[in-house]
Amino acid sequence: MSMETATLKQEHRNGHHHVYVPEPELINDKPRFKTITDIISGVPEGKMPRLWWILFGISFALMAMYLAVITYLIWKGIGIWGNNTTVGWAWDITNFVWWVGIGHAGTLISAVLFLFRQKWRTSINRFSEAMTIFAVICAGMFPLIHMGRIWHAYWFLPLPNSMQMWVNFRSPLMWDVFAISTYLSVSIMFWYVGLIPDLATMRDRAKPGIRKTLLGLFSLGWRGGNRQWRHYERAYMILAGLSTPLVLSVHTIVSFDFATSVIPGWHTTIFPPYFVAGAIFSGFAMVMTLVIITYWMFPQIKQIINERHIDNMNKIIMVTGMMVGYAYGCEFFIAWYSGNPYEASIFIKRATGPYWWAYWSMITCNVIIPQIFWIKSMRTNLAVSFIVSIFVNIGMWFERFVITVTSLSQDYLPSSWKYFNPTIYDVACFVGSIGLFMTLFLLFLRYMPMVAMSEVKGVLPHANPHHPDHELNGHGNGHAHEQHRAEKVAELATKNGGR
Amino acid sequence: MSENMNEIKSQSAEELKKKADATGAKALEILIEEEAEGVVAEFPNSGALLEAAEKIRNAGYKRFEVYSPFPIHGMDDAMGLKQSPLGFIVFAAGSIGCIGALLLQWWTSAVDYPVVYSGKPLFALPAFIPITFELTVILCGFTAVVGMFALNRMPRFYHPMFYSENFSKKAGDDGFFAAIFVWDEKFNVREVKQFFQNIGGKNIEIIHRPLEAELAQQN
Repeated sequence: MSMETATLKQEHRNGHHHVYVPEPELINDKPRFKTITDIISGVPEGKMPRLWWILFGISFALMAMYLAVITYLIWKGIGIWGNNTTVGWAWDITNFVWWVGIGHAGTLISAVLFLFRQKWRTSINRFSEAMTIFAVICAGMFPLIHMGRIWHAYWFLPLPNSMQMWVNFRSPLMWDVFAISTYLSVSIMFWYVGLIPDLATMRDRAKPGIRKTLLGLFSLGWRGGNRQWRHYERAYMILAGLSTPLVLSVHTIVSFDFATSVIPGWHTTIFPPYFVAGAIFSGFAMVMTLVIITYWMFPQIKQIINERHIDNMNKIIMVTGMMVGYAYGCEFFIAWYSGNPYEASIFIKRATGPYWWAYWSMITCNVIIPQIFWIKSMRTNLAVSFIVSIFVNIGMWFERFVITVTSLSQDYLPSSWKYFNPTIYDVACFVGSIGLFMTLFLLFLRYMPMVAMSEVKGVLPHANPHHPDHELNGHGNGHAHEQHRAEKVAELATKNGGR
Repeated sequence: MSENMNEIKSQSAEELKKKADATGAKALEILIEEEAEGVVAEFPNSGALLEAAEKIRNAGYKRFEVYSPFPIHGMDDAMGLKQSPLGFIVFAAGSIGCIGALLLQWWTSAVDYPVVYSGKPLFALPAFIPITFELTVILCGFTAVVGMFALNRMPRFYHPMFYSENFSKKAGDDGFFAAIFVWDEKFNVREVKQFFQNIGGKNIEIIHRPLEAELAQQN
């Protein structure tokens, strides 16, 4: 940072807002506002590349299989899964926790990074919010079908009924119902509010027809007047402020499903923070996977999502990976330090017992492999990032499998110990849910603006009304501002005694 | 801003025709001035728009609006707008959500259907916190969104601004516009046009419904 910049920043902190403070570039090549509109709106307006159709074909086929398997499952009952009397929760709950966790990175990017004024988030937030919604939909499916009698799902709601019974509000499963449904609703609202200005932009570009009518309908007559922006920004801020504790609460409550029971390996106070860190870890990995897949399909977005974003995300993946690694270590320490023989035994069995392969896959994928990101050239390498993100996705699935299955399969009573073997239907449900997720995601790329255009424009340096270089807008010139700035710098220099 | 819209009575087709016949070639221009809903001007960038907003405000206009593809920092002050009241509305809704959730759980668990589960008391406050929190959040969230729509008068699919082709083309892309509307007390078409010219506005346009098309239909 030059001295001049430093002085200006100092001045800015002192409350003199009318000085332009340069910031590092977020976007390559200083694009004009129009370039942003053209790149982003251009994707849904244009034809989809061949790769999109290939991926969509595969995803759609998997989704179709998923629906068929679910239909069979509802017809036949959950006995078609490998769950048994000892391991009552298995892949279903593993998948549920895995998907909810993935969703959390989206909210982290859209809400938490917003509150921390991390401007780089604008390139990826729309994307990740969409991912959140689709992941939560996939997550919600598993508890629903795990119920077996899905037609009784509404019994989870506190509705007056002829049996004159009420739901048990003291049960963590009940908390889950409220947490997940609140999370889904707030995520959808946040996403939609963010979409309105961009839908209006696309409405104005569309040719008259069904597409324009629909865009017009969903953009609600948005005009971008400052009186509208004023309430809009406030609503956005409030939603971000609500989503931040919400995202922490959701995975905390998911961890309560385990932590409030008395099963060894589950009944620990470290679970909420440990689950939240793991959720962010796996979610960022999934955002990375999706960003790189999107690169392959639409190379033009490299101008908006660049190495800096990849680098930042990989740093977060590495940090949260180490948090998770710390939690694994801490669990072992407490198992020994507590002097509780059941707790100690379950942890020794996790690492050396019948599920050792799952445990060490988890450690390898989550703790060891992300360490490669200490090297900067690896953090910005797309191939490496993609491979690591896949490993993290796998590792985090194993983490939930280890927690759910190892603790249940060998509890207090050795006579009921049982090994869990998945059936073809377990696999089909899991793979099918990935099909559902990818289908929704590809449709999102096909029909929606995948980057928040108005937000990206808002953080460009020349969006600042005090920016000296307004040439980039494609109109007028900003020499007056340039001069103003030079004067200001000179003035400051004399004031500070030529420092 | 929009509540006075109904005051602008559009002239009937026959009246239009009469006037058009009476005034001859300049008919359209006169009609446009008579039927104006406002005047819009384009500015080159966010800085210029911010300065323009200050000047419009200082000139004493109240019913005006500035349009930009993204929110501009400092524009509320430049326009003399107060903070959005949305925060207070949401706080009220959140309080209702919080109290409502506690009442719901207390009444169902401790009064109407008192069953002891896992040795917890009937009114088990710690166990009620998660749902109280979630219901507070969801009520706040809904109110923030619905409240924002209400304050912004959304959805509203028709607005005079959309009559301007230049505005519709650029407003969501890279255009910066300011408009003064006919429902401002000080509004006078020619004065406003001149005013925009003086403060550096480009592409100055009178906003009006498509009178050309209407006239063509008559003739």
